Amino acid sequence: MADDKDVLRDVWFGRIPTCFTLYQDEITEREAEPFYLLLPRMSYLTLVTDKVKKHFLKVMKAEDIEEMWFDFEGTSLKWHYPIGLLFDLHASNTALPWSITVHFKNFPERDLLHCPSNSVIEAHFMSSIKEADALKHKSQVINDMQKKDHKQLWMGLQNDKFDQFWAMNRKLMEYPTEEGGFRYIPFRIYLTMSDRPFIQKLFRPISPDGHTHTLGDLLKEVYPVAIPNDDESKRYQVVIHGIEPLLETPLQWLSEHLSHPDNFLHISVIPVPSD
Amino acid sequence: MPVSLLWAVDVYGRVYSLSTRGQQWEQCRDAVLEFKRVTAVQQCCWGIACDHHIYLNVHSSDVPIRYQEETFENQRWNPLDNFSDRLLPSDRWQWSNITGLEHQPLDSFFLPSSNWEWEGDWYIDENFGGEPTEKEGWTYAIDFPATYTKDKKWNSCVRRRRWIRYRRYKATDTWAKIPSEGHSGPLPDPFNDISCGGWEISEEPRGRLSLWAVSLQGKVWFREGIHHHSPEGDGWEEVSLPGEVVQISCGPGDLVWAVLWEGQLIVREGITRDCPRGSSWVVVDSPNPEAGAIHVAVGDNVVWAVTKDNKVWYRRGINSYNPRGSGWIGMIGEMVMINVGLNDQVWGISCEDRAVYFRQGVTSSELSGKAWKAVNVPRDGDIRSHSSASSSSLHSAGCFFSGEVRAQSVMSEDSDTKNGPQRAVLEEASLREADAKSPPLTHLAVGPAGVRGDAADTCSLSSVATYTLCQEEPYGADEHPLWAWVSGGGCGVDCHSQLNWFNSATALSSSVQSMSLSISPAQTAAWRKQIFEQLSERSKREMDNFKHYEQAIEQSVWVKKGTMQWWRDWKPHKWVDVRFALEQFSGPEGNQDGILFLYYNFNEEKKYLHAFINEVTILVPVLNDSKHTFAIYTAERTKQRWPIRLAAATELEMHDWLALLSVSCCDSRGIQGPPSKQALWSVTCKGDVFVCEPSPSLETCPYPTPCDQMFWHQVGGHLRLVESNSLGVVWGVGYDHTVWVYTGGYGGGFLQGLARSTDNIYTQTDVKCVYIYENQRWNPVTGYTNRGLPTDRYMWSDATGLQECTKANTKPPSPHWTWVADWAIDYGISGGTDREGWQYAADFPTSYHGHKTLKDFVRRRRWARKCKLTTTGPWQEVPPIPLSDVTIIPCGAQSIVEPIPLWAISNKGDVLCRLGVTLLTPAGTSWLHVGTDQPFKSISIGGASQVWAIARDGSAFYRGSVTAQSPSGDCWYHIPSPVRQKLQQVSVGRTSVYTVDQHGNLWFRQGLTPSCPQGSSWEHISNNVRKVSVGPLDQVWIIADKVQGSHSLSCGTVCHRLGVQPMEPKGQSWDYGIGPTHVTGSRHT
Repeated sequence: MADDKDVLRDVWFGRIPTCFTLYQDEITEREAEPFYLLLPRMSYLTLVTDKVKKHFLKVMKAEDIEEMWFDFEGTSLKWHYPIGLLFDLHASNTALPWSITVHFKNFPERDLLHCPSNSVIEAHFMSSIKEADALKHKSQVINDMQKKDHKQLWMGLQNDKFDQFWAMNRKLMEYPTEEGGFRYIPFRIYLTMSDRPFIQKLFRPISPDGHTHTLGDLLKEVYPVAIPNDDESKRYQVVIHGIEPLLETPLQWLSEHLSHPDNFLHISVIPVPSD
Repeated sequence: MPVSLLWAVDVYGRVYSLSTRGQQWEQCRDAVLEFKRVTAVQQCCWGIACDHHIYLNVHSSDVPIRYQEETFENQRWNPLDNFSDRLLPSDRWQWSNITGLEHQPLDSFFLPSSNWEWEGDWYIDENFGGEPTEKEGWTYAIDFPATYTKDKKWNSCVRRRRWIRYRRYKATDTWAKIPSEGHSGPLPDPFNDISCGGWEISEEPRGRLSLWAVSLQGKVWFREGIHHHSPEGDGWEEVSLPGEVVQISCGPGDLVWAVLWEGQLIVREGITRDCPRGSSWVVVDSPNPEAGAIHVAVGDNVVWAVTKDNKVWYRRGINSYNPRGSGWIGMIGEMVMINVGLNDQVWGISCEDRAVYFRQGVTSSELSGKAWKAVNVPRDGDIRSHSSASSSSLHSAGCFFSGEVRAQSVMSEDSDTKNGPQRAVLEEASLREADAKSPPLTHLAVGPAGVRGDAADTCSLSSVATYTLCQEEPYGADEHPLWAWVSGGGCGVDCHSQLNWFNSATALSSSVQSMSLSISPAQTAAWRKQIFEQLSERSKREMDNFKHYEQAIEQSVWVKKGTMQWWRDWKPHKWVDVRFALEQFSGPEGNQDGILFLYYNFNEEKKYLHAFINEVTILVPVLNDSKHTFAIYTAERTKQRWPIRLAAATELEMHDWLALLSVSCCDSRGIQGPPSKQALWSVTCKGDVFVCEPSPSLETCPYPTPCDQMFWHQVGGHLRLVESNSLGVVWGVGYDHTVWVYTGGYGGGFLQGLARSTDNIYTQTDVKCVYIYENQRWNPVTGYTNRGLPTDRYMWSDATGLQECTKANTKPPSPHWTWVADWAIDYGISGGTDREGWQYAADFPTSYHGHKTLKDFVRRRRWARKCKLTTTGPWQEVPPIPLSDVTIIPCGAQSIVEPIPLWAISNKGDVLCRLGVTLLTPAGTSWLHVGTDQPFKSISIGGASQVWAIARDGSAFYRGSVTAQSPSGDCWYHIPSPVRQKLQQVSVGRTSVYTVDQHGNLWFRQGLTPSCPQGSSWEHISNNVRKVSVGPLDQVWIIADKVQGSHSLSCGTVCHRLGVQPMEPKGQSWDYGIGPTHVTGSRHT
């Protein structure tokens, strides 16, 4: 039986093959070739698409270029969601490679945040980690870390350094044994067809009477629709990192092993494909 | 944490025990009688039954309690009869003890009590100081008393031989009655209270205990002579008293407190090693002048008391100099009684619901704890209904003192006013009952109430009885157990122990986790399997067909920087500040690699030193009492015997660096996960555990990996010695002789996160002593004082006298260790001591002896202080017998269920053979005791189950006929040691046997053949050897001292014997390996 550490590696090294094509209305000097890239599931779109930008800049005039943004089948892709989450949420049942359209004009101000530089991503990432640790340890662990430790987390993500990242991140994943888990599980549940961006509530890994909470318990509490009733067929898929964990999976374990680098468990609830 | 028991008695007199690993009270079924009180220690439990006699329940152990009786047969030579038993009138008895002063014929030996049995008949001892004697076992001398030799000489006029017979204590795990006889006939009155403790007062004789008892008339008795070989003790001695005592409590050390009838407390003073009974009593007032004390409980450093109003009190200011303490503090909670167990943990029985409560949060710094927590577990009988048998026997128990019952009920005119009327009614009822059929009152035995007639004093004492009355009718079917007495003296919990006693809802789920070494259900759960499968499916789906795509993030170099101190290479050596950096990058085949840089200034010039991560052979934490230091070795630096020594600013920083460097080194060598089954294991003198993955060619190819290039990486844990075989069964022994078995995990200690397996990592503790010496010189005016000559050593020093070590400035060996006790005089030092622990000598430094002579001008004594380390590692404890040595057959067992021979020596020198060790159950099941005539100190098992052992007298023994069918063999063959050498350690390979003697000489056993497995003689191979280890292919590894390096001499170097061939088992020369890492044990495959 493989070790739990292998899960961390598998999750970290998850890649999505992506085909970037330039939006048809963009003005180019010559035909833009599509660009193929393996995107790390754990990272952020704007953090890993320098190459994409360079590729398309070659065929465009400088004055036609504004901030780059992406869409998939008409849905603007939020750079501040992890790539894996975007894929699971919008494209999990489509053919690979993932076909993303690249825009340099008409930035959808209503849908997307601007991302002028990597420091914005870093700020977003660190604030997520801090929020997660506030839930897990009342911010005790993250506050005990030094500036350079925070930097190590960020650099680990930015440079895809598993060891560098986890050497620090493990501290965020510790908890007192006698308590059996974190204070609250940092999670967010995303729904494709909802107006709300996501659901986030306080939820403990252990019930007051000492039972371990599972993924199923969480959904029952937070979004019961996602759980199929006994007599009906499954209507929703509950996807984390492109897989569907069983509902009896302990939440604490999921939080320790399937959280994104921002320390949140990003759970997508998507309709079962109709075909 | 080894399993231990909490004992309790319910109000019906049934005795229960609760295991620290269990979740229900187990009734002590073989108790034919009801019990009033029990007092437990680790090895046994004493109790007072309803017949007011004292009973002893000795817990059975794999090592039986056996005692060697000996007597000497003396003979004198005369020309007529040759040697005969016709002695001169002035001679000693024909059968005598060793001194000849006592007449001891064989038939004068009797079993001390019916709880003993003879193990066999008398036989003659044919071992004389390590040398085998002639067949008859005679030793010869010119005359009695003289020095004896084993050879008969022309002037040998007398001879003697030693006869041995063993007796064995058989009444284990059962309640054996202790005759209540004092030294002058039977005791006048029966017993009422009992308390056992005092095992920390002295280690000699082994297992010594103090047992205090209170009689119904309020007298106190002390039981003499209880120790390991005499669990029942000799007899009772009355202790004079300032008043009449109702209850007494004795701690593990020298604390003894008792409660007087009048409600004051008395404290025993003058309890010492030489006088465990103490000398005098001092009275301490009750915490509450209105309500006198009714109960007291003492531990190592604490005293708790209960007053008549059921209030609980904690005594402040108790320490080893002041057993009286300084004042009382009232505590929350109302209790009937309180008991202080091991580690000063506190147990109580609540007055409200009669449940057993545990005091939470009692630590050495906060001895009063935080809160009471109810022990909430069912009894084993709760499922089935109570048998009628027990109620009828209760009945008879009640009858026994029915007279007193009546008296008491009358006398109990309450001071407890709020329950007054109700109680009166009840007691009236009970009176009628008593007249009619004697109610089942087992606890009315506190009876002296009737004798004294002092109502105010007795009411709370009789509360137990009253309660019984209230519950009269439904007493068999009560929902909650009603407890009367609890004893935690044998229950080894502390505030960190995880107990499953407090929440019955989680009890079942946690019981599964406590299973040892089995795969936890979490690992086999469907959800986990599903995640593993789906993740690998996901990789296939999303990545397999797209490998030609470009990666979004290019691999780059990662640098981690820090500042450190470095023990600089040039003289004068000292710690200098340096910058330290690790550059990590991906090697050509995607493997991680790195370079270490160390930037320093030399003569104002910036310089640096570097080391390639893939050339690092070992990273060792180094013992240093003030700095957090570690050493980095490479093959080159091993040859120089001069590693890179670094010190980090904080412990945390050092651990971060060590963990990172360790992972980097393993990554660069492609080592991941747990050590392989063939791994070599070793421990450093600091107790750190290291493994080395052997290259497949290590033993077979003509050019094996040189020792200095072998890569060792650390696994968590702390051990004194480690033993492994080629099947992956690994056992270790800690400094405190605790036994540990490897669980198959990796990591622990500072190796957290990725370098640690998720499961199979457990808490591990170890305890050792730090020693310092108090030195004094004699002068004619004032005698011995601490004023030495100007040339003398420090008056407080280490063993060499070169280093000053005072009680105040001596620190634990490293910041990981914490003190757990105060300084205490060590009487166990070799050479012996006087009553105050002093050893005398003519001058420093010479050999010391334990008594003062006219020529002695200096003296010293050794002080010891215990310190404790708590860490984590892939080790699980194998309770309960502490070991000093262990050996596993190096190869064998092809199937996973085939037993693997494993032998061990207990810390008392008993030889043990482990049963049930297989690949599936590496911890085995139980010990089989193998009898020997003297204690042993080293053991080794080699190919074809050859077992060799070294006895305390320095001679070797070979165990005959050890086979799979008879795993413990049949008899010992005595093999004399090399002339004038005392052997220390033995190691057996496939066909060769090596031993090391006390002077560091390495000996090879000549002439071993299948038909003569004992061999013929010893051949000297080498000196300066500390330890030897022989592998299954007869590879020889040693730990050598004084190995020359290009920079310095080193001690504790691992060396490998070169040129060992089937035809040349002795080999030719040594290959000197890893440097002064002080490796103290390795047995590899």
